[in-house]
Amino acid sequence: MSGPAILSAAAGVEALALGAGGPQGPKPRRALSRRNVFVYGTLLVVAVYYLLPLYVMVVTSLKGMPEIRLGNVFSPPVEITFEPWARAWSSACTGLNCDGLSRGFWNSVRITVPSVVLSIAIASVNGYALANWRFKGAEIFFAILIVGAFIPYQVMLYPIVIILREIGLYGTLTGLVLVHSVFGMPILTLLFRNYFASIPEELFKAARVDGAGFWGIYVHIMLPMSLPIFVVAVILQITGIWNDFLFGVVYTKPDLYPMTVQLNNIVNATMGVKEYNVNMAATLITGLVPLVVYFVSGKLFVRGIAAGAVKG
Amino acid sequence: MNAMAQTAISVSVRDLSLSFGAVKVLKSLNLDVAEGEFVVLLGPSGCGKPTLLNCIAGLLDIPEGRVFIKGRNVTWEELADRGIGMVFQSYALYPQMSVERNLSFGLRVAGMPKDEIARRIARAAEILQIEPLLKRKPAALSGGQRQRVAIGRALVRDVDVFLFDEPLSNLDAKLRSELRVEIKLLHRRLKNTMIYVTHDQIEAMTLADRIAVMKGGVIQQFDAPQVIYNRPVNRFVAGFLGSPGMNFLEGRLEQAATGWRFAAEGVSIPLSTYDFETTPRPGPAAFGIRPEHVGLNSGAGWPFSASAAVEVVEPMGSDTLVWLKLAGQNFSVRVTSERAPRAGEMVTVGLDPLRASLFDDVGNRL
Repeated sequence: MSGPAILSAAAGVEALALGAGGPQGPKPRRALSRRNVFVYGTLLVVAVYYLLPLYVMVVTSLKGMPEIRLGNVFSPPVEITFEPWARAWSSACTGLNCDGLSRGFWNSVRITVPSVVLSIAIASVNGYALANWRFKGAEIFFAILIVGAFIPYQVMLYPIVIILREIGLYGTLTGLVLVHSVFGMPILTLLFRNYFASIPEELFKAARVDGAGFWGIYVHIMLPMSLPIFVVAVILQITGIWNDFLFGVVYTKPDLYPMTVQLNNIVNATMGVKEYNVNMAATLITGLVPLVVYFVSGKLFVRGIAAGAVKG
Repeated sequence: MNAMAQTAISVSVRDLSLSFGAVKVLKSLNLDVAEGEFVVLLGPSGCGKPTLLNCIAGLLDIPEGRVFIKGRNVTWEELADRGIGMVFQSYALYPQMSVERNLSFGLRVAGMPKDEIARRIARAAEILQIEPLLKRKPAALSGGQRQRVAIGRALVRDVDVFLFDEPLSNLDAKLRSELRVEIKLLHRRLKNTMIYVTHDQIEAMTLADRIAVMKGGVIQQFDAPQVIYNRPVNRFVAGFLGSPGMNFLEGRLEQAATGWRFAAEGVSIPLSTYDFETTPRPGPAAFGIRPEHVGLNSGAGWPFSASAAVEVVEPMGSDTLVWLKLAGQNFSVRVTSERAPRAGEMVTVGLDPLRASLFDDVGNRL
């Protein structure tokens, strides 16, 4: 008897609540809450802080010299001109040469592409071997490699000059490519090792039972699964090598200088008038390559970094 | 042991020892698996069963001992040449390959002609009923389907020995019991030798021709499931198998004028029907008996009976477990639910030492 009575009482309560028309659906939020103002305000300030120099550079590079002399750094150009960009690319002077950044650009391409390919090819195999084939001395080998990442470059600068001279590669692009590949090795190997270690071990075992060997597993099983980490490695290497100044200036000769060194020479040229617009344009052109790489592959980059970070 | 003399030995492990650092995982282990036999390696985690399986497969180098497959010493042989296929707990399907490519990977690595590969895949797909799935990627398969593909990968390679490493542990209970039956049917159809690692005693009891119960890197007992269940060689095996577990009464073995008796606080069980494994000696002992081998209010005719008050009743569906105190120790009896007493009731418990297992103070069967 008591069962149905309780049931109907509950139904009554429910009916009451349903009839009252209380809150329903998403809770309304005020757009201008204190929290929103604080969060978006901070973001805005930080964004402006970082973008302001870039704005000044873009604006200045589009102005003519007379307009720059007026001194209004932040004002947009009255008369937009692309002449500084053209001059920076093809006719700005560095020392005796007056063929602009174009020479440095192609030098940088000829340095970056082989360095990136070579270092990633070797480091990925290194990482794969360290993660999956626990060979004798693997731990020691890995420890040495990691220590290598922490030795300051300055210490190794001169010994490498001697080594390159002895093997006849000093002052050549090949020598510089070699140096870049070697110096990319510790961090890239670590990156690949961690990524491959995060791939389930049973996959590797299954492939071995299926009869695949060292290279078979690497090519058929590991490579197709590791696009994200390859993207990360490519981005790291392209930006790192493209932005390198120290190795470029030490290990090459003037006509083989990479773009960064040439940019420095253009900007720091002491002869004649300082052409701020040309300098700004040259700087922007030099920075364009890493910038484009970031924009194109940003999403994959984040994914790859996150994937590699799971297991140490 | 007699059966083995008649049939050929398929897998044989001789004096295998292996340690990880200071931990001895396997201690000079010997195992002989007959041709076409289904052997289950059963034991708690950390007992070395997957390690043993990896050694047979060749995934681990063997520091000491030898492994034979089909009479061939394969201790130094490459994995692919051993004639083994392996099924893993996580399925380990190659995620970027379709089911078909997954199945054919090993064959492609071996450089087999295309039409032969196609023929074998068709056969495996037919046996495992995965024909509609061949073009799919592993991510688009359910757990049961993935496990079938994983078995298929071993199947297409036409191996002599199948190794299973806890293949059903990642599945839910219902699917697990379904696939268990499928694996059993598969074994009956293929008649390959199969070695199966699990910690699930139900899987072991239902699938195995023989079970090897392992503990601490040593095989405790290797025999048919019924023998292991009814005549465990030591207290560990007795306690590990069976759910609910075996009852153990702690007491003493005594020699009286009428023969050997087991005595504990207030009870004295005559052992005239017990089949001693060794010559008995007086001393501390444990009397083990499974809950379903105890009579409850089931009349006279028991070599020993006693009355006790029911403490707790646990209904388990088809059966009911009745807990009471015997000789001052917890004791359970399994009865059909219709015959279950209520808590507090006085009942009569009947024991027959014929179905019991006696263990000495270090746990070996008496």
